[in-house]
Amino acid sequence: MTRMERRDLRNGLLFALPYIAGFLFFVLYPLCASVYYSLCDYNVIRPPVFVGLDNFRELLDDPLFAKSLWNTLFFTGLSVPLSLAFSIGLAVLLNQKIRAMSVYRTVFFLPTIVPIVASSVLWLWVLNPDNGLVNSLLRQIPFMADRCPGWLADANWSKPSLVIMSLWAVGGAMVIFLAGLADIPDSLYEVADIDGAGRWAKFRHVTLPMLTPTILFNLVMGLIGAFQYFTQVYVMTGGKGGPLDSTMLYALYLYRNSFHYLRMGYASAMAWLLFLVILAATLLVMVSSKRWVHYHGE
Amino acid sequence: MANRPRVKWMAHLVLIVCSVVFIGPFLWMVSTSLKTETAIFPKPGHPPQWIPRTDLRDEAGRRQIVYQGRDGVELGHDEDGRSLIEVGGEQQAVWPEDIEVRQRVGFHWENYVDAFNRMNFIQNLRNTLFICFSCVIGTVISSALVAYSFARIPWKGRNIAFICVLATMMLPYQVTLIPLFAVYSKLGWVGTFKPLIFPTFLGVPFYIFLLRQFFMGIPQDLSAAARIDGCNEFSIFWRVILPLSKPALATTALFTFLFEWGDFLNPLVYLQDDRQYTLAIALQSFQSQHESAWGPLMAMSTVITIPIIIAFFLTQKTFIQGITLTGIKG
Repeated sequence: MTRMERRDLRNGLLFALPYIAGFLFFVLYPLCASVYYSLCDYNVIRPPVFVGLDNFRELLDDPLFAKSLWNTLFFTGLSVPLSLAFSIGLAVLLNQKIRAMSVYRTVFFLPTIVPIVASSVLWLWVLNPDNGLVNSLLRQIPFMADRCPGWLADANWSKPSLVIMSLWAVGGAMVIFLAGLADIPDSLYEVADIDGAGRWAKFRHVTLPMLTPTILFNLVMGLIGAFQYFTQVYVMTGGKGGPLDSTMLYALYLYRNSFHYLRMGYASAMAWLLFLVILAATLLVMVSSKRWVHYHGE
Repeated sequence: MANRPRVKWMAHLVLIVCSVVFIGPFLWMVSTSLKTETAIFPKPGHPPQWIPRTDLRDEAGRRQIVYQGRDGVELGHDEDGRSLIEVGGEQQAVWPEDIEVRQRVGFHWENYVDAFNRMNFIQNLRNTLFICFSCVIGTVISSALVAYSFARIPWKGRNIAFICVLATMMLPYQVTLIPLFAVYSKLGWVGTFKPLIFPTFLGVPFYIFLLRQFFMGIPQDLSAAARIDGCNEFSIFWRVILPLSKPALATTALFTFLFEWGDFLNPLVYLQDDRQYTLAIALQSFQSQHESAWGPLMAMSTVITIPIIIAFFLTQKTFIQGITLTGIKG
């Protein structure tokens, strides 16, 4: 090693020191401890007791665990694709050198910066079955008067309500898509024009393929976020996941196990399963992306 | 794409409809917060009232009403719930549904007063600001140092270390939450602000990533020139790189502030006494205790949201740049 390499190594490690400490303390240690806790009975107050795979065995027989997993898959499967489609749609509309574009962009982006607690309380009120905005408006339609959904108070409508709420927050993805659209060279559209492509053909064969790297990014981020969806359901159901456990999402059940029932070992087992599910989903997307993502210059 | 006027006109139509849908809930929030109880819960079949209204009263404080097309005033109620009214010099008792109360546009601020009185607002605000500013300082300093190491110093093993940073961003917080809670409770930190602030001083992966992307774009010649002038690594960082990175540092500070302002899970886990609550936790706790006090609840939500929206309008450019910086170069 030359003197310069040694100097760089020393300086590099010194500058990275906060993160090295942070990595050991906030990632490596908790990771190892979490594996151990998942094999223990642990309530924080008394030291952990090793029980082997009991927690995992118990999870298999826990109907609420199965329900929370199903709820989360249902929510993710609905909200992620819809959010992607919606944010691409808005971005494409905004990308047409349209007048007042920045005003629209601001409007669509605003909901994403509102504190989640505030927006959850707000949506609880907007979707209030009796006096909420949505049902008050629906009741003005003659034949709807007696058929308004109960939204978050109705087990059949509660998950769709969550999806609607998540669609309100597509602004962040939309801004990223807008930047992706700006990167598509005009020459591609000019070539398409010469070939006589219509608007749909240009969208289908130029815009969409060129946008696939951005879609991949937003898809992965969307999946990770949806699997961990927590604050909204906690606030809107008072931490209970009702009605009839229909909004008992995985992260909420995990939280209840750890901080309501103090079953830290059981919750750690759940956390690891969640990690594996997220990892598997991300890997699946990444592997499949070789078939559908086009990088510039290929 | 083609710029035919008809197509643009259609696009505007769709965008305006979407805008109304996006903005509607905000307006509804503010509108609800400025209404009286009776206007928040109107009689069934009434259309939603967007602009808060207030009853017109005469000099004696009596409500002005219209009954069967004639003007009058309301004197009070009888024991059956009927309204005693005086129309054209004649007194009579009628059902409230049959009279129309004359109203004008008017805001009711009582909900705000009510919400402030029912929660520890000033204390909650002070807690929130303290946590926000501490975390901003911690995040900016530590993340800039680490990002500099990854972006500008070619040390052996930095690529592996950087992959570790990226990998931590994928790690769900649930995995580390429980062991950290156990550690903090052993240290006696549960019930203090320390678990919320301390971690930010050890580098936050997302901002390390963001700042690294920015630092990489600064020409290497500048560092080389400074080195020839006798600068050591730290003074290059401090005197050359940081002054050139103000936009990225501003983005980091802004995003951190906003995140901490609205953060819910960590304060929920670590703060136990309502004197320590942040505004977000206080709002949730208020909501769980007064489930249908929609007036004060919307007042509180408005108060938490407005500073964020103002901050957004003041810093819009920083904002959009930051999002695209992390999104696209990723």
